[in-house]
Amino acid sequence: MHLYDVPMVFVLVGLVLYVVLGGADFGAAVWQLHREDRVRDFAHDSMAPVWEANHVWLIFVLTVMWTSYPTAFGSIASTLSAALLLAGFGIIVRGAAYALRAGVETPRQARRIDAMSAVSSVLAPFFLGAAVGGIASGRVPVGNAAGNLFTSWFNPTGIVIGLIAVASSAYLAAVFLAADAVRTANDDLVPHFRTRALAAGAVAGVLAVVGLVVLHGDAPRLYHGLVSGDGLPALIVSVVAGLATLALVLRERFDAARVTSALAVAAVIAGWTLAQRPLILPGLTIRAAAAPHDTLVAVIVAVLAGGAILFPSLGLLFRLVLGGRLGYGGGVAAEAPRHAAAAALAHGLLARVAAALLVAGFGLLTVAEAGVAHAFGVVALLAFVVVGFLAAVPLE
Amino acid sequence: MLAVLPPVQQDYLLEARQMQALSFAVHIPLVCFGIAFPAMVLFAEWMYHRTGEDTYRTIARRWTRIMVALFAVGVITGTILSFEMGLLWPNFTATFGSVFGLGFAIEGFSFFMEAIFIGIYVYGWDRLSPRAHMLSGIPIVLTGFTGSWMVISVNGWMNHPEGFRLAGGRVVDVHPWSALFGNSYFWHELVHMYVAGYMVTGFVMAAAYAVARLRGRWTRYERTALAIPLTIAALASPVQVLVGDWAGRTVAQSQPVKLAAFEGLPRTQRGAPIHILGVYSDDEVKYGIKIPRLLSLLAFHDPNAVVKGLNIVPVRDRPPVNVVRFAFQTMVGIGTLLALLGVWFVVVRVRRRALPDTPWFFRAVALAGPLSLVALIAGWTVTEVGRQPWVVYRVMRTADAVTGASGIPFGYAALAAVYACVAVGVYWILRRLAKVPLDAVAH
Repeated sequence: MHLYDVPMVFVLVGLVLYVVLGGADFGAAVWQLHREDRVRDFAHDSMAPVWEANHVWLIFVLTVMWTSYPTAFGSIASTLSAALLLAGFGIIVRGAAYALRAGVETPRQARRIDAMSAVSSVLAPFFLGAAVGGIASGRVPVGNAAGNLFTSWFNPTGIVIGLIAVASSAYLAAVFLAADAVRTANDDLVPHFRTRALAAGAVAGVLAVVGLVVLHGDAPRLYHGLVSGDGLPALIVSVVAGLATLALVLRERFDAARVTSALAVAAVIAGWTLAQRPLILPGLTIRAAAAPHDTLVAVIVAVLAGGAILFPSLGLLFRLVLGGRLGYGGGVAAEAPRHAAAAALAHGLLARVAAALLVAGFGLLTVAEAGVAHAFGVVALLAFVVVGFLAAVPLE
Repeated sequence: MLAVLPPVQQDYLLEARQMQALSFAVHIPLVCFGIAFPAMVLFAEWMYHRTGEDTYRTIARRWTRIMVALFAVGVITGTILSFEMGLLWPNFTATFGSVFGLGFAIEGFSFFMEAIFIGIYVYGWDRLSPRAHMLSGIPIVLTGFTGSWMVISVNGWMNHPEGFRLAGGRVVDVHPWSALFGNSYFWHELVHMYVAGYMVTGFVMAAAYAVARLRGRWTRYERTALAIPLTIAALASPVQVLVGDWAGRTVAQSQPVKLAAFEGLPRTQRGAPIHILGVYSDDEVKYGIKIPRLLSLLAFHDPNAVVKGLNIVPVRDRPPVNVVRFAFQTMVGIGTLLALLGVWFVVVRVRRRALPDTPWFFRAVALAGPLSLVALIAGWTVTEVGRQPWVVYRVMRTADAVTGASGIPFGYAALAAVYACVAVGVYWILRRLAKVPLDAVAH
């Protein structure tokens, strides 16, 4: 592996995590199309604390992509603009549904919002999958919108990958929700989501087989890369992991099923990459598309350093969610320490300090010329706001 | 022509720019709440733990619900912005992604941390210990700063590009760290925006409670919930005048054409004036109130300084003067009024240790909320339209950055329709959250 490959590994890892985690979020919205309010509320409540973090993986993929492989990113985004914009609308509605649901007061309002969110959550993964199909079938040439606005993604490969994305989102969500139902002792919902997981898993499996047939005719290069080239081991892993997931769901081992389903997704994406390596787009190798050396180093440093902060935090979030520490009501609601009314702050002193900081800030930022003075001036002014706030803040 | 991707014909450049502007205008107010609101919520929670007063707890919990709803809308509008980097400006991203992209990559992590800890904070109210809960809020405050730092470092670079060389239309010798963070230009933008975040959030929140006061609801809850954001905004507003002045001087040095467009200064001259109001046409400002030498004084702290005019560049390299000028006057005018309102509040507060009690004060605060939003958007118009016709100042034209895809008007119309629905939805939910009975919030 070369330096110029490393950010691509980050992109692919981000894509796998987005498909698994963001996909589960879209899928949960689909399962919210249900008569019973309890089922819909359950699906909503399980995702609400984590959905934002799950969607940030898409931003991660985009930013690493455009920094590390800018030419490829510009070509992909401009040719696939219609699919991406439609997917974007789906994401808007899905996110807006979370915001709106905070304000509902009647079940009817919640039902309407859920219906809207379910429709958009079918469309978003479909269009994102179709966009991937456009890239995988070699219909995105290098250039500014050089490919066809519609047929670049609305073609057999794009459609089938879009459908697989929808089915696997529903599947991942059902596995996740079944596991959550076990965890929260909603025993009657376990078989509910188990049945749906099996059904969606079966559909995804059938679509995957159909997909191979479609690729054979529509994207022969990718097909041969998958069944006889470098992608074959990954294809086998994905089939085995997919079947294992179904078996685990059948036996209600949902936590293990989450891992194998993620593995299946990772294997599919790895297989696609291996099958089309070293090309990123027709005629454009990863090496040629890669940003200059310093940028690649900077991205790698930023991602590793960011990851060192991110993963423990993400671990904390999921640990709290899975430990039942997030959510409304119940639990170990904290007893607030009842201090006597706080001693009055030393208002006079603080106010004088604030005034001094304001004068210093004015002098350093506005009167003085040197850049260093400006820096201190800004700090003094911001400190003025903080100290002034503490001095003036009310105990009404 | 400078570009990695081959040139294209795009008949709808203006629509593409408007679509981008619409996306920014929708997102930026939410950014302000992302920057400033967590600190206010956390302050209210801290006061509750210090004093044990339920009013603070009620405030913190109600604001938490507003915060999470607005954050959700910010997530989606921010996602759309990152899509548009490629959908609308593929040649900009393709050519310069390796120079500026790092800022967004780091911002992605910042955003991640924000999303994680918002999840923990919002859903941890009932089940985490007070200390753990307070601690989970701190990263949200910090990432509000780092996020805007990263994004504005990119904007600063677009206004003051460095850290690369051009060879045959491609960037070479790229040094992304120094391009973004060794760049002297972004500091004033960052501080200006960060302070604006506190002003907008403070005035908008205060405006809601000022309206309640005018309608006769004025319990301890409303008084406290008005005083916290208003105190911050009132202190930040005079500071913003000084920061804005600093920003203006930096623009005068680095982007003289932009500064000339602020005023509509046709020709380079010594002792340049400022015109208040008026229209720029035929190389002069008509119908304005002229204040001699003020531009020289403000831009260079010397009434006789030479200020460069629009004539230093050919017409095709000038921004649309009236748009920039009108936006600039709007921002400065509103900013001045807000600073005066802030001073009024602080003076009364310091001398009488109480809120002013004339209804005129509350009418002014009610107006200050929407006006602060107008000033915010006007400010971004100043810096973004003022940079035109360049996307990367004096390096790449916006016209060379745009996509070659057809259908921009359709995308623009669809986005406008979707955002209109989102705006209605946000309005609806804020109304709903405001109506939740006070004692229901804590449960």
